[in-house]
Amino acid sequence: MLELIVISTLNGVLFGMLLFLLSSGLTVIFSMMGVLNFAHASFYMLGAFFGFQLTKWIGFWPALVLAPLLVGAIGMAVERYGLRNTHKHGHVAELLLTFGLAFAIEEIVSMIWGKSPVDYRVPTLLDFPAFTVFSTNYPAYKIFMLVVSVVIFIALLLVLKRTRVGLIVQAALTHPHMVGHLGHNVGRVFMVVFGVGSALAGLAGVIAGPALVTQSDMAAALGPILFVVIVFGGLGSLPGAFVASLVIGLVQTFAVALNGSLASAFGPLDPSAGPSVLTDIWNVTIAQVAPIVPYLLLVVILIVRPMGLMGTRES
Amino acid sequence: MTTVSTSTSKAAADQAGGSLRFYGVWLIGIAVLIVLPLVFSSGGSLTSFSLIGIAIVFALSYNILLGQTGLLSFGHAVHYGLGGFAACHMMNAVVSHGWPIPLPFIPLFGGLGGLVFAIIIGWVMTKRAGTVFAMISLGIGELVASSSLILRSVFGGEAGITTDRTALPKMLGWSFGPQLQVYYLIAFWLVLSAIAMYALTRTPLGRISNAVRDNPERVQFIGYDPHVVRYLAFCFAGFFAGVAGSLAAINFEIANSAYLGAIQSGLVLFATFIGGTAYFFGPILGAILVTYLQLGLTNVTSVWQLYFGIIFIGIVMFAPGGIAGLVMMHRPLVRAGTLWTVIPSYLVAIVPTVALACGVILTIEIIARYSGGDAINLFGIAFNPASRVTWIAAAVLLVGGFLVARLTWRRIADAWDRAATVARDRGYLA
Repeated sequence: MLELIVISTLNGVLFGMLLFLLSSGLTVIFSMMGVLNFAHASFYMLGAFFGFQLTKWIGFWPALVLAPLLVGAIGMAVERYGLRNTHKHGHVAELLLTFGLAFAIEEIVSMIWGKSPVDYRVPTLLDFPAFTVFSTNYPAYKIFMLVVSVVIFIALLLVLKRTRVGLIVQAALTHPHMVGHLGHNVGRVFMVVFGVGSALAGLAGVIAGPALVTQSDMAAALGPILFVVIVFGGLGSLPGAFVASLVIGLVQTFAVALNGSLASAFGPLDPSAGPSVLTDIWNVTIAQVAPIVPYLLLVVILIVRPMGLMGTRES
Repeated sequence: MTTVSTSTSKAAADQAGGSLRFYGVWLIGIAVLIVLPLVFSSGGSLTSFSLIGIAIVFALSYNILLGQTGLLSFGHAVHYGLGGFAACHMMNAVVSHGWPIPLPFIPLFGGLGGLVFAIIIGWVMTKRAGTVFAMISLGIGELVASSSLILRSVFGGEAGITTDRTALPKMLGWSFGPQLQVYYLIAFWLVLSAIAMYALTRTPLGRISNAVRDNPERVQFIGYDPHVVRYLAFCFAGFFAGVAGSLAAINFEIANSAYLGAIQSGLVLFATFIGGTAYFFGPILGAILVTYLQLGLTNVTSVWQLYFGIIFIGIVMFAPGGIAGLVMMHRPLVRAGTLWTVIPSYLVAIVPTVALACGVILTIEIIARYSGGDAINLFGIAFNPASRVTWIAAAVLLVGGFLVARLTWRRIADAWDRAATVARDRGYLA
């Protein structure tokens, strides 16, 4: 039991940090531009596939740098030539544009790399067990993932709080017009922020690809959870996104690891009653419920605290 | 005095002419629905018409949210699917209990299935509008779709719930076994729902929904609660989506978890937005086009969904009013008689735009079929996806088409501005 708790906590924190790599970019983009980027998870998927392809051509370490840059460039192009032109039609049109993009990117990826998972392996340099907890070997690659996400987290924090660029970004979050009047090129700030957010998503894809499955439906699987994270944490709140990422990461990891059901806790129901909704709920294991846990959390938070954990604004 | 009386009689005549035209449109629509299967009577076209009819009801119900109330939902298929399941269970219950309920009444129960869920979940969902509502609808959609695989006794797991529409009591001697009778059932419900949904847009609720869409704060000032208005609109949309879902369940004699899923929600969003949300007939056009493309393209290319995505992105970026918006843009020009000044630049633009489209199609198909696909057949010309000649042709069409097309599009914009200015001077542009 203790072993399960330790391993699940490690995995949960890891998944949470990965979620934060994605949700941080999404949150900053949302608070600055008011655009919820539906294609954010697609940039994550592009990162994984670019990482896979570049690893095959030039090795993992160059790919780790190049793939996020490529994804960032695509993100900047999307902002410059797509969102900026759509801005005049309002936020719904912008959201729909990114929705269409997410749809198109998934189709393009499955057109080029196929629908089945690609063979994206952990680099040999990191392919060894880092340490052994009880009887489980914990892979070094997961530690590497954790380190990368924590480093990015700290770097992001430093850039936002301690540099001039971060100051402008923070100011543009709340008062874009004032920042423009002060002579900063708000359009370019938006483009760069969008690019950096996309690049972070791409980086998350490159490092998560070997550990999770690299497949053309990975964006569709992760995207909704990502939106749950940022609604749960409070739209536009970076600390909220951080807490929500960790909560969702931990809850989901623990749910997958637990195998109990109401039947195993209280004994099976009387079989003469026949199958019904009650028997379905009675017999389902926590692991089977794991995929819907984030959405249940979403419903609960909406009823209890509609603006999210740390959200301050109404819309 | 005389001028006043003439102006009133003229207004009355205008009104009479308007209502004549109004009812004429509806009657023509009904007549087309009746005559269509007599003209195209093959099994394939009957199936297509049935699917299009279902898609129209679904898209119209979605437009109550998106077009009328300004709520962007990514989980509208939940109500569609639940309506389908409710209809299947109801049909099975009618058969096993021997209730005297014939098939044409089943969509009512399907609608109730969609409505009940909307009543339960809607109050929480519609607290906020805009982006938050969109995200929540996505989450609820995922929640229901995943739950449907867990609650096997209700949703039948992966296999779904099957039913037999011919086992229900007959009505007017119709067994609803042949597709033609199912088509007329769908057409009947299509007309009924379309009239009901159009009437809804004319009610005070429909009007205040539009106000909530445009300016919720002002609606609050005049004493309405936008939350309640959104909730009511959400419930109506849920009901009609349930009707559409039950029509689908009757048509296929099955309801499964795919009805509830994100793909179905995405398709109805595509259909409604491509058709145009600002006019009542927009979603009808969109549903016809999207269903037709879906049925037609699947035979031609393996990446048909990509074309959907590209069409959708194109509409969002360049024509956010959808097809209906594009068509209705020309109304003031037609009235002012300045349309003819625009047409030449349209004709000039056709050639490079078609070339550009061919370039895009060729490029996509080359990538899709590069590793061992069959030849690309574009307008009767066969292209070998592995040959250099095809690549060069695609590149030339793509780049050349784009450069030339962009020039002609500017020409259209200029000609359009001139024509619109003249029309405005003549008092025809709002």
